[in-house]
Amino acid sequence: MNSVYCDMSIEETEQEIVEEFEIFSDWMDKYEHIIEIGNSVPKIEEKYKDEAHEIKGCQSKVWVHSELKDQHIFYTADSDAIITKGLVGLVLRVASGHTPDEILNTNFDFINKIGLHEHLSPTRSNGLNAMIKQIKLDALALRTINN
Amino acid sequence: MDITAKSKTTDIKFDVETIRKDFPILYTQVNGHPLVYFDNAATSQKPLVVINAIEEYYKATNSNVHRGLHYLSNKATNEFEESRKIVAAHLNASHDEIIYTRGTTESINLVAFSFGEAFVKSGDEIIISYMEHHSNIVPWQMLCERKGASLKVIPITEKGELKLDEYKKLLSSKTKLVAVTHVSNTLGTINPVEEIIEAAHAKNIPVLLDGAQAVPHLKIDVKKLDVDFYCFSGHKVFGPTGIGILYGKTKWLNQMPPYQGGGEMIKEVTFEKTTYNDAPLRFEAGTPNIEASIVLAKAINYINGIGLDAIATYEHELLQYGTEKLQQINGVRLIGTAAHKSSVISFVVDGTHPSDIGILLDKQGVAVRTGHHCTQPLVGFYKIPGTVRASFAFYNTFEEIDIFVKALNKAISMLR
Repeated sequence: MNSVYCDMSIEETEQEIVEEFEIFSDWMDKYEHIIEIGNSVPKIEEKYKDEAHEIKGCQSKVWVHSELKDQHIFYTADSDAIITKGLVGLVLRVASGHTPDEILNTNFDFINKIGLHEHLSPTRSNGLNAMIKQIKLDALALRTINN
Repeated sequence: MDITAKSKTTDIKFDVETIRKDFPILYTQVNGHPLVYFDNAATSQKPLVVINAIEEYYKATNSNVHRGLHYLSNKATNEFEESRKIVAAHLNASHDEIIYTRGTTESINLVAFSFGEAFVKSGDEIIISYMEHHSNIVPWQMLCERKGASLKVIPITEKGELKLDEYKKLLSSKTKLVAVTHVSNTLGTINPVEEIIEAAHAKNIPVLLDGAQAVPHLKIDVKKLDVDFYCFSGHKVFGPTGIGILYGKTKWLNQMPPYQGGGEMIKEVTFEKTTYNDAPLRFEAGTPNIEASIVLAKAINYINGIGLDAIATYEHELLQYGTEKLQQINGVRLIGTAAHKSSVISFVVDGTHPSDIGILLDKQGVAVRTGHHCTQPLVGFYKIPGTVRASFAFYNTFEEIDIFVKALNKAISMLR
């Protein structure tokens, strides 16, 4: 997730993640990997850890900052819960470096494919749904600015 | 403490393995692990006598109550009223002091509305405590807004005990009601309700107790307590969801206007004026949850069959064992260390978030609750994002605590 455009398409990144998770047959190993991903999420600047960047609807606190560079969106994020941060990291790895339109047209299918769909349920308190909704809203706002 | 010896002596007194056979859901496998269900403070599991009684009701009894002349209607009405008597006897109350509601939340809302309409006016005060569940905060806030009254809050100590001296200072001629929890759902604290009631009654102030977390664990005697209102939920006492109880002294109930209007709660209706039934029917508008009302009695008979004294003794041993085991884990901080506790252990682990612990325990088959447990002011008091809460019932075992502790250690090692 560096500041160059992503040379993989969204589908390719999703497929890469699916293959990565196929190695693990045990749930604890999957979560070990999610924790590792959480530890490598590009960290949001402290000044952005405010109400405006907070994703509501999570049991843990999550902040995401979206920035448009040359028509592509790049993200930084943080959470006080490491598994939540790992889930955020997976979504951002797929979305980061893509155009607002590409992000708006993604439905993040890979979450189902790697068996983490329980985190997508609207009643789940870690609010992965809320987070996807927020990055799409950000993409929509940035597209408007861009146009 | 020699735990092995302890658990062995307990096995002789308390045959948990036989009891577990009454609860089919306890044999569930979760992600390849046997389920360890430690979320009993949220809801309890149901014994076969309860599960079967639900089916039996619809096969053999189903009919509307208090309405018809026919065989089934009489049968349903008899069972419905018989259940009310069993609940009344369980609390040492009279059957006309027992109102069926949807749950503790509705019981509290009923009192907040109806008692509030009759007795609370602008400038009055209602006393609650810092450790209340949202359902014993919000209805009173709504009443205060409606009437221009205000809410006073009993402070707590770091251990999670009420500051009784402060409580007594809050009692005044403006106080119209004291509403506190009998047992804290987040901390497990068993509050000194006798002393709370005595102090309020000395100033002629009635007291409501939220017994949602008490009735599954303790023998309740409303006459001995001399409490004015007592509430609990069916689903937390091994009965069905959608049924709750409000006990109220008749002297209050018949002075309170109805909570909802409809069928059943009336004496006579004309377009000019309606006269109301006496309690309890006055507060039971509409067709009630007949099935759950009848089945609740089966659940109460079931726990009485085991015996609440035996349950309390066994659960206390589980609490002590679990507390000792958790205290041995580096970085675990217990939230709620009152001298008198029910079988609830809330904790945080330094450097981890409760939701992370909850997810990793779930993947190992252990069901706990994480978060604020509908007690946001209380969690704010401890300046934490929430807790991990393990809450035990009499069908839990020492071996399950060992599994939980092992799973917790594994989770912590992954998160640090």
